[in-house]
Amino acid sequence: MISLRVNGEEHQLDVEPSMPLLWAIREKLKLTGTKFGCGIAQCGACTVHLNGQPIRSCVTPVSAVMGGDITTIEGISSPDGLHSVQQAWIDEQVAQCGYCQSGQIMSAVALLRQTPNPSDEDIDKAMSGNICRCGMYGRIRSAIKNVGQGVVQTYDPQETAHG
Amino acid sequence: MLADELDARWQDMSFIEAPAEDEYANWALGKGFVIGGVDIPKSLVPTVDGLFMQVTSAMHLQITGGSASVRATGVYGMRIAGAAARELLIKAAAAQWEVPESELTAKHSQIIHSRSGRQANFSQFAAAAAQFKPSRTPRLKSIEDFEIMGRSVARHDIPSKVDGTAVFGIDADVPDMKYAAIKGAPVFGAQALEFNANGADQATGVLQIVNLGEAVAVVADGYWNASQALKMIDITWSKTGSEGLDSEKLFAQFERDIQAAKRSGDATDDVSIGDVEAAFERADKVVEANYRVPFLAHACMEPMNATARVDDNKCEVWVGSQNPLGFKYEIAKALEMDASQVALHQHTMGGGFGRRATSDVAVQAARIAKVVGVPVKLIWSREEDIRHDVYRPAIASQFRAALSDQGDVMAWENMFHEKHEPDEAPKIPYDIASKSIQYIESLTHVPFGPWRSVDHSQHGFFTESFFDEVAHAVDKDPYELRRTLLSDKPRHLAVLDRAAEEAGWGEQLAAGRGRGISLQQSFGSIVAQVVDVSVNQGSVKVDRVVCVIDPGFAVSPDGVRAQMESGIIYGLSAALYGDINIVDGAVKQGNFHDYQVVRMHEAPVIETHIINSGAAWGGAGEPGTPGIAPALANAVYQATGTRVRQLPLSNYDFSYQFVEEEGVI
Repeated sequence: MISLRVNGEEHQLDVEPSMPLLWAIREKLKLTGTKFGCGIAQCGACTVHLNGQPIRSCVTPVSAVMGGDITTIEGISSPDGLHSVQQAWIDEQVAQCGYCQSGQIMSAVALLRQTPNPSDEDIDKAMSGNICRCGMYGRIRSAIKNVGQGVVQTYDPQETAHG
Repeated sequence: MLADELDARWQDMSFIEAPAEDEYANWALGKGFVIGGVDIPKSLVPTVDGLFMQVTSAMHLQITGGSASVRATGVYGMRIAGAAARELLIKAAAAQWEVPESELTAKHSQIIHSRSGRQANFSQFAAAAAQFKPSRTPRLKSIEDFEIMGRSVARHDIPSKVDGTAVFGIDADVPDMKYAAIKGAPVFGAQALEFNANGADQATGVLQIVNLGEAVAVVADGYWNASQALKMIDITWSKTGSEGLDSEKLFAQFERDIQAAKRSGDATDDVSIGDVEAAFERADKVVEANYRVPFLAHACMEPMNATARVDDNKCEVWVGSQNPLGFKYEIAKALEMDASQVALHQHTMGGGFGRRATSDVAVQAARIAKVVGVPVKLIWSREEDIRHDVYRPAIASQFRAALSDQGDVMAWENMFHEKHEPDEAPKIPYDIASKSIQYIESLTHVPFGPWRSVDHSQHGFFTESFFDEVAHAVDKDPYELRRTLLSDKPRHLAVLDRAAEEAGWGEQLAAGRGRGISLQQSFGSIVAQVVDVSVNQGSVKVDRVVCVIDPGFAVSPDGVRAQMESGIIYGLSAALYGDINIVDGAVKQGNFHDYQVVRMHEAPVIETHIINSGAAWGGAGEPGTPGIAPALANAVYQATGTRVRQLPLSNYDFSYQFVEEEGVI
């Protein structure tokens, strides 16, 4: 049995220890907001947080994250409403097809937590692992900057119940 | 478009995917396919044309494509449906309140009777309104009465795409479903003769191995177990005769066939104006160049997938499709069922770009589900997705231009292979006295399909790059030469001028920097782009793209801007990196490390400007794509002196610079 703590909830899963976290989240926990894109950590669609740090769940075995705090896109909003990054995404009308956006948002949340007001270079560095085939990079950049500059309210994910 | 004609409030609207039923065949797009780029006479708009409706239904087309959501589905479908529904609601309200219809108005989801001060929500009259027969020619609003069209309202689908709740095809959840991973024949057209499971059938969680012929699938309790077991299997594939083919051989075939057609005269005329031969005889100078573009995969973010359940006399499929009705009929055919036995549940698509108009994966899922007798979710790995696409065709295109000492462009000659859609893609807007545009057939074993902007994606690069070569050959500014040959095309001219103005065309640029321009009409819209590039020690960096579009009327200006940004980045990925190589008859690339796409740090600033000229409404989904590659290549020429005649740019070595002018005789 594998124990996973996802969005603050404990789960016991009967899966192979080598199974990537992505498939455990999607198929066993039915949290389908986290997406499969490439399977080799090239596109970022599967990005989740392990103890607040962004990881690519498609190449991370479940055995490697036991005991850690895993946060998925379903776990970043609070009972009071959307995370500021989610709100910024709506304000900038970022998504087109939207498939990559869970991963983009998870990378952006982690960036803003580390660097509350990121520069263009910070954004390039933190976000270049996340591909958007609809090419909404300019809007993603604007949305991140809006959060960073306080146009949208920021918050620390560790302060919430879903840390 | 529907909400505005209905006089509904935007926040009261919600949307659902259209069901895959014959009634939803989008006949207007079928009309475009059937009669090509012909404008529909105003007298026929917006009447429903029975003949074409029948044709489209017969073709089972329910397509999201051709940049048609506004210009076809919207103009001929949504506006009319909204206006007709408003008329029905007014009729129902008039009957209920016993007042003349002429005294009633609709506004903000309410019917209003000003004389009596009465007003009530649409919902109060909906049931009664549904009893009346809707008009097929309702009165449509004038532009000055639009309340939603022409404004940028917030999209209703975005909230579900920021919190993970949007349900894409890959997220479909069917009770008791199993998961399948699949490996298709590396060489297109080969069949799996036999396989050695090597214990895969006994591997953890595995239910069954299914040989579909063109592919072998493993069904297991989860995708991971299925994909791990699939790797254990050795498959023996049949020989097709294409095993020895590669991209170089295919290009050699294209160019050999073109040369043969030039000698024999055995080519099809696309455009034939004036006496081209005579012009070349009189010419003071001839410029010629041969261009190539490679095969391209779509690489949608969501890998191909479909979920199916097949019982004795019924099939259900959950999939994101650009042609749900077509999928339904093709699944029925593959299972030898009647279409009425197939139910298709349409999902949000994680990108389509033309790829999701082909039903292969949905048919595979249905066939596997039929064999194993339980619901199956089939997910293609990224490698399967890249290696079994319906590719943007690789094309070779050859040009000559006849020039005079005075700098006149006397003749334009172009021959290429393979013509698909849309018809106008290779046709240039410039007023040149003699033009010969011809094409031949030169088929390959590589499956092809529509790729964002279809033939415009190749010909936009070819024609707008060669035009730039022509301008340099006659020592004219490429923007100014375009201007002089567009005097009878005011819309093109206005778009071009605005792009040049916004971009600061004509400014001096520092060494290693270049600025290029392109102009392309496609899918009813005209787009000009100006690209600024920096070439430095081997890196080609696109700094800025100025884009001007005249879509006639921008129904959602922010939507148009988003589509321009999107189309440009999609085209830029192709121009910089896109290269599907055929090696030993199969696709070499397999994932984003060897089929690279533009990422955040390479994405240029994109400035989009919209001109509402009042012309017939055009599309936006595709018109941003064709112009980026030629504008970039033209900018690279200015920066380096290297004329890029083959894409992608990543195959060029820019660590040093060419200075000689090529291709001028």
